[in-house]
Amino acid sequence: MANESLKAKLEKYEADCKKAEEKFPERVGLKHKKVYTPLDLEGFDYETELGLPGEYPYTRGVQPTMYRSRFWTMRMYAGFATAEESNKRYRYLIANGGTGLSVAFDLPTQIGYDSDDVMAQGEIGKVGVAIDTLKDMEILFDQIDLSKVSTSMTINASASVLLAMYIAVAEKQGVPASALRGTIQNDILKEYSARGTYIFPVKPSMRLITNIFEYCSKNVPKWNTISISGYHIREAGSTAAQEVAFTIADGIAYIEAALKAGMKIDDFAGRLSFFWNAHNNVLEEVAKFRASRRLWARILKERFGAQNAKSMKLRFHTQTAGSMLTAQQPNNNIVRVALQAAAAVMGGTQSLHTNSRDEALALPTTESVTIALRTQQIIAYESGLADVVDPLGGSYYVEAMTNAIEKEAMEYIKKIDEMGGAVEAIEKGYIQKEIQDSAYAWQMAVESGEKTIVGVNKFQQEEKPVEGLLRVDASAGEFQKKKLAQVKAERDNAKVAEELAKLEKAAADESVNLMPVILDCVRAYCSLGEICGVLRKVFGEYKPHVTL
Amino acid sequence: MADKKIRVLVAKPGLDGHDRGAKVVARALRDAGMEVIYTGLRQTVDQIVEAADSEDVDVVALSLLSGAHNTLFPEVVEGLKKKGMNDVLVIGGGVIPAADIPGLEAAGVKAIFTPGTPTKDIIDFIKANV
Repeated sequence: MANESLKAKLEKYEADCKKAEEKFPERVGLKHKKVYTPLDLEGFDYETELGLPGEYPYTRGVQPTMYRSRFWTMRMYAGFATAEESNKRYRYLIANGGTGLSVAFDLPTQIGYDSDDVMAQGEIGKVGVAIDTLKDMEILFDQIDLSKVSTSMTINASASVLLAMYIAVAEKQGVPASALRGTIQNDILKEYSARGTYIFPVKPSMRLITNIFEYCSKNVPKWNTISISGYHIREAGSTAAQEVAFTIADGIAYIEAALKAGMKIDDFAGRLSFFWNAHNNVLEEVAKFRASRRLWARILKERFGAQNAKSMKLRFHTQTAGSMLTAQQPNNNIVRVALQAAAAVMGGTQSLHTNSRDEALALPTTESVTIALRTQQIIAYESGLADVVDPLGGSYYVEAMTNAIEKEAMEYIKKIDEMGGAVEAIEKGYIQKEIQDSAYAWQMAVESGEKTIVGVNKFQQEEKPVEGLLRVDASAGEFQKKKLAQVKAERDNAKVAEELAKLEKAAADESVNLMPVILDCVRAYCSLGEICGVLRKVFGEYKPHVTL
Repeated sequence: MADKKIRVLVAKPGLDGHDRGAKVVARALRDAGMEVIYTGLRQTVDQIVEAADSEDVDVVALSLLSGAHNTLFPEVVEGLKKKGMNDVLVIGGGVIPAADIPGLEAAGVKAIFTPGTPTKDIIDFIKANV
């Protein structure tokens, strides 16, 4: 037997290596073996586990040609201060080769407060653009043709309102909803477990989400109605396998909610999309992307009986890991981001955001964002990484790790199923606790020196504070408040009151799809805070499970 | 009072949802023998001051990554003063540019810990200043 001979050779190899390894005890503790062989893939069947690109179970990629026909979308997440400022940044990114937009909203917008709300003070325009009414959205997309660009919006609890505003801006541009391409994040479960911008309790939140699925399947068919996000779960501290597990468990919960609302799996599953983190360990990340595709395809086919191939394809956006950026020696972050982005490309991402070097300190400057965008272009055009589909497929190590991540994630999913699903697991605080334990273990590993972060716990140097950071000052908030007051003075306030009253009535009736009602509200220039205020009144607010 | 445990309120003011740092610090302080109360997300200044008062804490540790620190940190210090809690040690952490630190210190925040700070530094600072 060839394997017997290989086993014997491996035993001798291990014995021979022992002496050399003893000199580097810190390297022996690594969680992966030092070499992988066919013995790690015993029983591995190529066609069952991998198949060709574009073929079930899509381990090698969701498209047959991948980057041989078209590169991933270079989609830089941006937005700050006011719609006026952010519009300038978007037009700059498009002029420099960005191929899709990605809108960052400020926290009041994400949590359903207008800029003049007491809860918004100090936060207006800080982490993204402030949007109060349709007027702001019109300015945000001024001179940007919504029939040509695809737009991703990081918006969750208030996603229905922002999607409605986007549709209404398109109407004004003469672009029908059926032509719109883009994504709303719309993933409330990870807000409860990891990201924190929830508003409403679980049940009405799930209703809003399924209302969007249903509305878009009929009216905005090219829109990705959700971006089920592992990114923030990883940022909160999870491991790679936990990122896959908790995210896919959330995905299962959304599918079950939509099925329960009477939809058919193949009517909506093809518009579900995902969002992953690209972390520091390059090959582990490549394995993670591959494992997630295979796992999702199998769940859709075997568990939910999907027939349409589109329903089984896990399409995803990737962002490099913000939490791995260091405030120390910030230029080193350019290198970290390049490696993380390379992992995303070797893992077959559909779109990519690369972080900027200065983001552990502030929002990025234009110069920093340009380097981050150029990093993607260098990977695409110069590195060769995009020339071959799934270039690491067949590597003993990457295949073994793909199997291991899929297996570990599946074990978590089984456990979550036994608890009653992701909603119950979050309400019990189980997922939050698992993430926190991993975050704490990471921090302790860094502090003990077991894990090295260059410039932080090794190779430190004296540094001067970085100058020229982007600042959003209080004037953005004042400008925004004035603009809102003007809209409120100029709009038809009787119409506003009428639409809000209709919304209140519709919200109280679970059988009504709220999307058309919200669309009427935004067309009448009802503000985001007014709309969410009505929904808060009817739905109440989520009470988080605080775990430590 | 060498045997009295130091009591710390770890608080998240404003709308920011990033609580990885706050929770890691809270746990590290607890492992270092302190009594730690964590407020959870989205606390108003009044809620934080109220909690600091009712829990009778020695330290209020604020965490914010949204950029609203220049507004909210000084408001917490002011709120504590108004309640007569002048001796409570207020510290902060998060994504805070170096240029903002002198202003925050002048407003009464005794120390700002930025990304990459070992939890041991925070523990040592609290022990030396309570």
